[in-house]
This record gives sequence, structure tokens and C-alpha cells, in this order.
Amino acid sequence: MTQHFVEIRHAQKSYGTLEVLKDISLDVERGQIVAIIGPSGSGKSTLLRAINDLDPLTGGEVWLDGVQVNKTLPHRQYEKHINEMRQQIGMVFQHFNLFPHLTVRENVTMAPKLLKKISDKEANALAEEQLDHVGMLERIDYYPAQLSGGQKQRVAIARALAMKPKLMLFDEATSALDPELVEEVNLVMKQLAQEHMTMIIVTHEMDFAASVCDRVIFMDKGVVVEEGPPEQVFKTPTQERTRNFLRKHLEGAK
Amino acid sequence: MDTELILKVYPYFLQAAVVTIELSILTILLGLVCGALGAAARLSRLAGIRFLGAAYVSFFRGTPALIQLFLLYFGGPQIGIQLDAFQAGVIGLGINIGAYMTETMRGAIIAIDRGQGEAARTLGLSRMQAFRNVVLPQALRLMIRPLGVNINAQIKGTALVSAISVVELTYTAQRYIGSTYKPFEMFLLAGVLYLVIITTVGKGVAYLDRKVRLP
Repeated sequence: MTQHFVEIRHAQKSYGTLEVLKDISLDVERGQIVAIIGPSGSGKSTLLRAINDLDPLTGGEVWLDGVQVNKTLPHRQYEKHINEMRQQIGMVFQHFNLFPHLTVRENVTMAPKLLKKISDKEANALAEEQLDHVGMLERIDYYPAQLSGGQKQRVAIARALAMKPKLMLFDEATSALDPELVEEVNLVMKQLAQEHMTMIIVTHEMDFAASVCDRVIFMDKGVVVEEGPPEQVFKTPTQERTRNFLRKHLEGAK
Repeated sequence: MDTELILKVYPYFLQAAVVTIELSILTILLGLVCGALGAAARLSRLAGIRFLGAAYVSFFRGTPALIQLFLLYFGGPQIGIQLDAFQAGVIGLGINIGAYMTETMRGAIIAIDRGQGEAARTLGLSRMQAFRNVVLPQALRLMIRPLGVNINAQIKGTALVSAISVVELTYTAQRYIGSTYKPFEMFLLAGVLYLVIITTVGKGVAYLDRKVRLP
């Protein structure tokens, strides 16, 4: 058993001789919002994708709400187990990954219909509720290609929320967006924060991380260099590498 | 040009064209089945199955269809496979075009962005559910036009069975040349009928492609 809502223990990941995650341990409490920042190649996306086993770890454990996500099981049993775990972990991708052959409504209802065997009527009600939540109800019968990037990402968030996840993972959710479209997605994420959704957010947006997150984790070269409340990490970083990264990032922003 | 002769023989050519159409339909259906199985094999997680798929493709694409046909029709009886010419034509050419369709289908499937399958798996869908509901519907749309190219090649490819005496368009043209000594008229007539069949099918493929195209 574990004490924390999300617990990552000694996470290690190698591709051949290249070690991208080096013994990372991390806890997240229920309702907490954690940002993971760091230069590209630092392993932050890999760590996020290990939480729902999209990129399986080569060593270490991931626990969610007292259940080990990446437990060792025979192939068939593992498939069943991981599919059940993933239903509890929503994920939002940089490139949205909406299903282009389905309408907005169908994007949201597909998984609940297949996995929770709900009726068409319930599915429609669910789609309307979730899309209303992200302000996309008006576009319910559009296809993804007919939406702007910000709208696509809001639909992708609604699609993930329709499975009623316990935890939401955001993998650079606003990095592919035009600057003027970032805010609408940030607003939806802030709203989720107010509803006490547990979230782990990989991001390049320091302002957003500072304003929304309870904790910031700075990663570099596969290790957690520094972590703490946003004010501390951003204003008084204790590590040289953190200071360098933040300085470069601020210069880049100008 | 002897138009009178053309008018006299064309009903027989139409009958032969029906055989060409039958051959085309049957070989294409068999080809689609072989192609789907081949593509599944080529994309299998099991190395042994992948190897079988690759061997199928390289044998049937790496040797002339005519040799494959002769092997089956003339060589078959030696190893206990007795087929009439039409059956041998359908099976031989169907398996042959299936190898090309294997690559077409596989290409369409691997062309679908990895993120699509990932998003589906992330929602909790099984590998099979993700494939059936997310990857395949997109891949099918993508494979219509290239399969149309395979089908076009196959309709023309049915002419090969004239070499094992199936009475289809090409064979019929050759037979009438024997009695009329008018190769220009006979081959022209056969050519026009092929053109009609292929153009019609081409339009059908283009229509289907437009119909399922995404906004």
C-alpha cells in the first residue's frame, strides 16, 4: 500500500545505453496540481507518459490511488489491467490527437460507449455536459478539421474528462497553439484546478505554472533537480541548473 | 477498317467481356481477402507471422504473374491440384494481386499518425478496439485510391488467362483473328471494351473516395 495518491518510485527508463530517467521518485496528493518544467530532452514527457504506461518504464513503480499501474502480469491480464487503469487517467497531448473521422460529439462519446456500455441517450447527455464544460457545446456536430487549435484542445480535454478520470495528465497542451489561442485552453485548465482535479502538467509556460500549480518540479537530464512551491522554484531557486534554465527561458520569452 | 466485321462480331466480344468482368470481380475479391490477411501478417507482433507475410509478398511480387499462373495450371496436377482454367485464373491472379494489395493496405495503416492509436489507448481502449474504431476507419479512407490502382492493374491483368485458354476478351480477340485475319479491328474492339470497364471502375473508385472523404 501507498500513502500518496500518485506515487512514482525509483522510475528508470533507458533506450539501449541512453538513460532518459534516472531513479526519479515523486508523490502527488489528491487534488494537487503539479507542473513539470525543464529543457527539452530532460525526460519530462517520458516521465508523464510513464504514468499511464504509454512509454513503459524499464525500472521502478507507478502507483495510483493504492493500485500499481505498471505491475508485472502475464500479457493478457496486463492488457486488461492497464486498460482499466488508463480509464482513470485522462491524457491531453500537444497535438490534440482528436479522431478526425469522428464528430466532436463522437470523439467524446466513443470511449464511454465502448467501455462503459452506456446508451446513446446517456452518451449524448454526457457529451453535451462535457462540451458545455469546456465551452464547445456549439460545435458538437463539427469535425475536428473545422475547429481552431484552441477549440481542438478543449474538445480533447472534454474527451478525456468524459471517462471521469481521477487524474489528468497534460503533455505540453498549449505548445502547438498560436499564442492568441493559448489563453482559452489555460482557462479550461484553471477551471479544472478550481474543481480540485488532480493534474500533472508538463509545460513550457512558467506564468501559467506559477499561477495554477501547487508545486513545480524542475527536471534536467533525467533527474529531478529541484522541486517546491512555484514562488520558491521561480523566485529563489537553490540550484544553479534551475537558475540557468529560468534565465534562458526568460530571455527566450523576450 | 472493316466496320461491318466489327458489328458482326461484337456481340461475341460482349460475352467475352462478361467473362473478363467476372474474372476481375472474383480475383479482386480474393485479392482483398489475401491483402487483408497479408497486411495483418506483415503488421503482426509475432516475428514468425511477419516473416510469412513478407515471404508471401516477395514471392508473388518478385515473379511474373504468368509464371505463377502456369505453375498453378500446368504444374498443379503434378502435385495433385486439379483446376480448370477459369478456377486456376481466379486463384492464381487473386493471390498475385493480393500481394500488391497487402502492401497497399499495410502502407495505409502505418500512415495513420501514431498519436491516434495512443489517444485511443490512453482512453482505455484495447489494442483491438483502438485499431477497429480509430486506426482502421482512417486507413480505409486512405487506401481507396491506391487500391483503385491495384484494381486497375488487375482488370488488365486478367488478359493473362488467355494464355491458359480462358475465353475472355483477349482470348476471344485472338480467336477471331484466326478466322478473320483482321488483327487491327479485333484488338481495337477488345481494347475499347477494356477501356469501358476500366473507366467505369475508375469513376466508381473516385466516387467512393469523394463520398467518404472527411471535411
